[in-house]
Amino acid sequence: MISAKKLRQLPLHIMVIPGVIITLIYHYIPMLGIIMAFQKFVPARGFFKSKWVGLDNFQYMLNLPNIRSVIFNTVFISLMKIIVGLIVPVVFALLLNEMRRERYKRTLQTIIYFPYFLSWVILGGILIDVLSPSSGIVNQLLGLFGIDPIFFLGDAKWFPYTLVLTNTWKSFGYDTIVYLAALTSIDMALYEAAYVDGAGRWKQTLHVTIPGILPIVTLMTVLALGNILNAGFDQVFNLYSPQVYSTGDILDTLVYRIGLVDAQYSVATAVGLFKSVISFVLILISNKLANKYAGYRIF
Amino acid sequence: MKNYSTLGSRAFSIFNYVFLSLVAFGCLLPLINVLAISFSSKSAAAAGYVKLWPVDFTLDSYVFALKKQEFLAAFLVSLKRVGLGYIVNMVLTIFIAYPLAKEKSEFSARNIYAWFFIVTMLFSGGLIPTYMVVRYTGLMDSIWALIIPNAVPVFNVILLMNFFRGLPKEIEEAAFIDGCDYWRTLFKIVLPLSLPSIATLSLFVLVGHWNGWFDGLIYMNSTSKWPLQSYLRSIIINADTMMSASDEIATMRNVSNRTFNAAQVFLAAVPVLAVYPFLQKYFMKGLVMGSVKG
Repeated sequence: MISAKKLRQLPLHIMVIPGVIITLIYHYIPMLGIIMAFQKFVPARGFFKSKWVGLDNFQYMLNLPNIRSVIFNTVFISLMKIIVGLIVPVVFALLLNEMRRERYKRTLQTIIYFPYFLSWVILGGILIDVLSPSSGIVNQLLGLFGIDPIFFLGDAKWFPYTLVLTNTWKSFGYDTIVYLAALTSIDMALYEAAYVDGAGRWKQTLHVTIPGILPIVTLMTVLALGNILNAGFDQVFNLYSPQVYSTGDILDTLVYRIGLVDAQYSVATAVGLFKSVISFVLILISNKLANKYAGYRIF
Repeated sequence: MKNYSTLGSRAFSIFNYVFLSLVAFGCLLPLINVLAISFSSKSAAAAGYVKLWPVDFTLDSYVFALKKQEFLAAFLVSLKRVGLGYIVNMVLTIFIAYPLAKEKSEFSARNIYAWFFIVTMLFSGGLIPTYMVVRYTGLMDSIWALIIPNAVPVFNVILLMNFFRGLPKEIEEAAFIDGCDYWRTLFKIVLPLSLPSIATLSLFVLVGHWNGWFDGLIYMNSTSKWPLQSYLRSIIINADTMMSASDEIATMRNVSNRTFNAAQVFLAAVPVLAVYPFLQKYFMKGLVMGSVKG
């Protein structure tokens, strides 16, 4: 017999079940599918009948000529993004917070926040035009200062920095608003007390504002560190080209090319698994740290 | 209150206004420049005359884009995707968030379900196994390939769950005493109270689907089924000669690939521009929702 309590909960189960089934098929079966990293996978044979090859694919991955540079690029690009993505929005939030004209302040926020909502395809289309060495407006501007045209997207030396800069363009408005929200929640009485004690604008910022947003800054940074192997597939994929592979190719783009362009499914899965396992450990550590230092928990 | 009277303080204020205005202008500059190019003639764009304002104003690039079959077809695929994807995402989000917002004492399996979904945020099968499952389940070349694999946006579920938990429990209890079951309580009591947060999530889901391009690229073998962003990627970023309109353009007086691409980019951005004021308005609420951790 089903007890009355269980029967009463039945509608709740019915609500969740469709989502559970879809998640099971499209998220859990792919997790099982990871075994193809240990096989010589042939699509027609499926996950369970392909030939078992042990660690051969990982061996192959470690022998790829570019694997070291790809790992280096991934970590280098995302570390730079984390550092710049920490400093720029905090500085902007502090400066915007010093503005007294609310309407003007809100207008500026609206402007800097807008690129966040455009896809990297659209932003890529715009960037390819404005960064073009021959006709782009950015190089025209630099020309006014006597600087020779720079091939931002085609020169391997410049490419990683172009990624960091354009990523900042897209996302610093969002982070600025997050910090600004934290700033407005600082108790005004603290400023009054500091003023009574003779603190000027600069000292107020130093001793009230910055300590006030430090917890959320720490939190955002720690969480970003958990994502260090995600250097931004959408962005890199839409901006890179073979001539910048040496400095711009990252793990995710490598997985795409090996897997879906060259159809070496098992090797690509092995590279992906390598990345997922490290990411998983990093996310657990960063969530643990975030919980310890900022009381954060997502679950 | 803060003190603004000293000379140094006023100098800082002026510097601050000038600096922030310049940066904001710098953020807009690429957008304005490409927008101006899209309204300019072929020769003006090629000569590099176009800065912030169209030179030789013409609508020809837009007219050309709106007459181009591939562009229109892709636009329609995107609209269809946004519509279907929105419904599926929101229905599943609501139906999962509501039971998960219950305490374990009320819904005994709550924690099992919660972990079932959370695990997918921490670990995934990765690109290739997911691609294979989509292939095996026969979704290739179907619009559902763009909708079903990510039908459950777990992060949105968590946001909505936290919002539901913040609602006063007494309201629901009163409904139960009046004889409502869970279905009626959800539809008649909980959802009407949650409209602001539903609106926030809606906007993010809509923009997310509109901006999606990668799944279209890998799951659609025939390019005629590509959503707009996948199509744009192939002609602008990949400069795919098979799909581009170079031959037709060569005969046009006022349109070049450059002005044509600029026009297409802006047509693709128009829907986002249209919902942006609402996004902006609800964003702060979304932040507050996100910060209430259960």
